[in-house]
Amino acid sequence: MAELTYREAVAVGIAQEMRRDPAVVFLGEDVAGAGGVFKTTSGLLEEFGPDRVVDTPISEQAILGAAMGAAMTGLRPIAEIMFSDFFAVCWDFVANEIAKMSYMTDGMVGCPLVIRSGNGAGLRFGAQHSQSIENWAMAVPGIKVVAPSTPADLIGLTAASVRDPDPVLLFEHKALYPTKGEVPDGEIVDELGTARVLRHGSDATVVALALMVPRALEAAERLAADGIEVTVIDVRSLVPLDTATILDSVSQTSRLFTVEENPRLCGWGAEISSIVGEEGFWDLDGPIVRITTPHLPLASAPNLEDLALPDADRIAVTIKATLG
Amino acid sequence: MPLSGAGYGEHQAVLPQPFDESLKDAPIDLDVRIELFRKQHQIRQLEKRIYDLFLQGFVRGTSHLSIGMEAIGAAFGAALRPHDYSFATYRGHGHTAARGVGPEPIIAELLGKATGLVGGKGGSMHLASAEQGMMGCYAIIGAHLCIANGAAWSARVRGTDQVAVAFFGDGATNIGAFHEAVNYAANYRLGTIFVCENNLYMEYTPISEVTPVTHPAADRAPAYGMDATVVDGNDADAVYLAARAAIERARSGGGPSIIEAKTYRHGGHSRADPGQYRPDDEVQAWLEHDPIPMYHQRLLDLGVGEDRLAEISGEVAAEIDRATEAAKSAPEPAAEELWTNVWADGGSQWRN
Ligand SMILES: Cc1ncc(C[n+]2csc(CCOP(=O)(O)OP(=O)(O)O)c2C)c(N)n1
Ligand SMILES: [Mg+2]
Repeated sequence: MAELTYREAVAVGIAQEMRRDPAVVFLGEDVAGAGGVFKTTSGLLEEFGPDRVVDTPISEQAILGAAMGAAMTGLRPIAEIMFSDFFAVCWDFVANEIAKMSYMTDGMVGCPLVIRSGNGAGLRFGAQHSQSIENWAMAVPGIKVVAPSTPADLIGLTAASVRDPDPVLLFEHKALYPTKGEVPDGEIVDELGTARVLRHGSDATVVALALMVPRALEAAERLAADGIEVTVIDVRSLVPLDTATILDSVSQTSRLFTVEENPRLCGWGAEISSIVGEEGFWDLDGPIVRITTPHLPLASAPNLEDLALPDADRIAVTIKATLG
Repeated sequence: MPLSGAGYGEHQAVLPQPFDESLKDAPIDLDVRIELFRKQHQIRQLEKRIYDLFLQGFVRGTSHLSIGMEAIGAAFGAALRPHDYSFATYRGHGHTAARGVGPEPIIAELLGKATGLVGGKGGSMHLASAEQGMMGCYAIIGAHLCIANGAAWSARVRGTDQVAVAFFGDGATNIGAFHEAVNYAANYRLGTIFVCENNLYMEYTPISEVTPVTHPAADRAPAYGMDATVVDGNDADAVYLAARAAIERARSGGGPSIIEAKTYRHGGHSRADPGQYRPDDEVQAWLEHDPIPMYHQRLLDLGVGEDRLAEISGEVAAEIDRATEAAKSAPEPAAEELWTNVWADGGSQWRN
């Protein structure tokens, strides 16, 4: 066991896979010489050299196109899109090209690649550098989507994503980079499509993702002090989605809350709510409640950004008020 | 073999050419030059203050300073007419100030205050003041070059002679939007002026490591049937002359221009980046190729008194001090502001 930051875990995960498989290459803006603008990829250039760790121009389309072409022809590329907001300038490659290759070729050509990106708010970066876009990705058939919340999960899900034969968008949460967590020694390989139950309680099920996970856990502590015991589930993987773990928990607690950083409309929690509404309806004792960022762009002023995102307080108050 | 031509982390220092002393005799009115001096001071002192406020913990989020690059914004600020349009990047404090926005709303915006230029919604990367023709600062690289074309087109359709200027970095020349925008403007002879502030670096990577031509903007111009001008971006007179010519051409229906202004940022890319990826001799040479003391000397050589220059820089300093105090004591945005101005009706409602 070692304690690592989420930031350090990025390079640990990538290096683990690059050591294992010479087909794994890594490209992005400022990722090599500078070690990444979030200092997440330091040391990779030194260890793996400039053939496999590539500093690119500011050319997101060229980055994803190169990753795709390389993936179609035998490599296992990891591409970085620095801030997830920048997916908007290369979305053709995600939505029309990468996502559809396997299907359009009837399984003849696959795209085993990973696109990592800094997602989410909390750093006062304003409307164009703070978005939570995992729901954009989730809306495209043919793309897998993961968003780890701890250093160990980040390493394990990076490995699982690299080894997966399909394209995976891996969202790192920018506000989690300085956070720390225990990481087991040796190789870490996790599994896509698995949620994790982090806390058990019989009064309600609370599902959260990325930065919302620690906040949901903190809310759960506060609720426990008031005698309300909730189960907290880290969804971790949106596509594929571990509906079994969520439905199983709801069958025991009879209540469901989602805690989502994405703006409300069509957020990932809406899909989970719909599934539970259809398949877990008779287990529910009350309405499903979604706790989300309002359907707004994000402001840069600290107090406005804080007001927009769900925090432990709002989560706890909402759950308590709903449970009555 | 690295994919790019340059050795990783071992790039050559790119040194400035000496200032062109003959520009002293350029046909620029003295009152314009005084304005260029003032605007450069406004930007330098504003940016220095912002840096101090950042170090003191008042500026959260990010900030990208243009210390060392002031001559470009100042020159365009002086050359444009009030109704012309500017489009800048996240490195846009200077361009905003150059269009006549005072320091108080800029500093307040960076401090996340209610009195900020855009009420705290935008922050350092998103200053805008439509009234002054400052049509915004854009933080997704490339977009605003295309948007500036739209403003130039609109001016033509509306029958005005307004021009649109897009400022962008060397790194922006490698995104598709740059090429789309330049081709589009050239094809339709739009009154767009593309101003590349070539400060040699993207964030932490030298432009030379990822670009096969020496002048990332100017060398691409011939591909779109355009001429380009390369100027010393640290000489306000040089930039002013280029700006004046490009603006005149755009106004008279002569079409777009590309100006590549060679410059350097004294500090890092953003916030506390110390910029250590840059060779020492390069940093040193560019610190000496500073637009502000050079211009001071040029005005002295032109017969402007030291006392006059000191008076101007003193006025600017007092204004920045006043602005800082006002911004610091301003309130945070009210909570209700979170919900305003998503829609043109001022609100954000999406359901009944
Ligand atoms: C589409 C897009 N890709 C990447 C970035 C991240 N980014 C912000 S500034 C920057 C460097 C830009 O360099 P340059 O164009 O030379 O402008 P400078 O910052 O030097 O003024 C990068 C890569 C971005 N904002 N938008
Ligand atoms: Mg640059």
